Amino acid sequence: MRVFALLLAVAASLVHADERRSGYEFMSRSTQAMQDDDTSNPAMLWVLDGEALWQAGKPSCASCHSNMSGMKGVAARYPAMSSGRLMNLEQRINLCRTEKQHAKPYAYESKELLSLTAYIALQSRGMPIAVKDDATKGKALYEQRQGQLNMSCAQCHDQYAGHRLAGSTIPQAHPTGYPVYRLEWQTLGSLQRRLRNCLVGIRAEPYGYGSPEMVELELYLMSRARGMKMDAPGVRP
Amino acid sequence: MAARALLRVPQRAKRGEVIEIRALISHIMETGFRHSERGASIARDIITDFRCTYNGAEIFRARFYPAIAANPFITFTTIATESGTLRFEWSGDNEFTASESAAISVE
Repeated sequence: MRVFALLLAVAASLVHADERRSGYEFMSRSTQAMQDDDTSNPAMLWVLDGEALWQAGKPSCASCHSNMSGMKGVAARYPAMSSGRLMNLEQRINLCRTEKQHAKPYAYESKELLSLTAYIALQSRGMPIAVKDDATKGKALYEQRQGQLNMSCAQCHDQYAGHRLAGSTIPQAHPTGYPVYRLEWQTLGSLQRRLRNCLVGIRAEPYGYGSPEMVELELYLMSRARGMKMDAPGVRP
Repeated sequence: MAARALLRVPQRAKRGEVIEIRALISHIMETGFRHSERGASIARDIITDFRCTYNGAEIFRARFYPAIAANPFITFTTIATESGTLRFEWSGDNEFTASESAAISVE
């Protein structure tokens, strides 16, 4: 009897092993097909630009990071501590740019920065998200009610995930595919752009691009998605 | 940065086979109906024509209009007749032109 109970407990834990779903799984089949084929995924157009930028500049990215396979899994590990502060992938790219290439940092959401991020993120496709740092601050921000609607991220994305907000399904907010080609934007965009959309949606003052709050939130979202597979650069509705 | 295009053309096909062709190109497809934050109208900037030739002979042509989304994706079918090259040409506002080609071998 005891063995049976134990088996039942094991079976139950297997059923509840992972109820996390990436945004990909909430999409229509046609949008999934668009992402799956690299000749129909528009984000791959940015990857082509990223590949060219990787070889450009003096010194070029490629002259230090000669082997692209060395960039495997990098996007899955960011945001991470670097030079004493928490940085996301975009900031890490810009750090290389200012310190190693002695060039001006790329602006947030500029074509160049998105292209390089997409090219680097592509190298982590299929790899599990593996951020390490403590995400307590980001968790607090995620649970903080704010804006004129006085809502927190958690209310939609934990409590009501899977329900509908107007015509769309509310996803669980696992950032597996960033930067994403969002059909609504008709362009590629970063996770921070997406977060700003949500903040404006609850009529809150959005945090600035690259602000510590944004990066902490990014880290918390990535830590919630730890172990989930990257599908960047993705397509989202 | 120059326009980027992604093609999907089968490398090999049997003679007489119906093949699917896909072409995706980067372009903002600015409609001409929008205004800037200061109220100035944003000029139209779209691709207006797409053409595909198979060993020089035109097999597909399309006209694009402002309602077509950014980064237009076009897919069509043709019959594999002979080995050779498929050439894709896009042209549009502000003297925009882009072209790309792909080889196919037909047995």
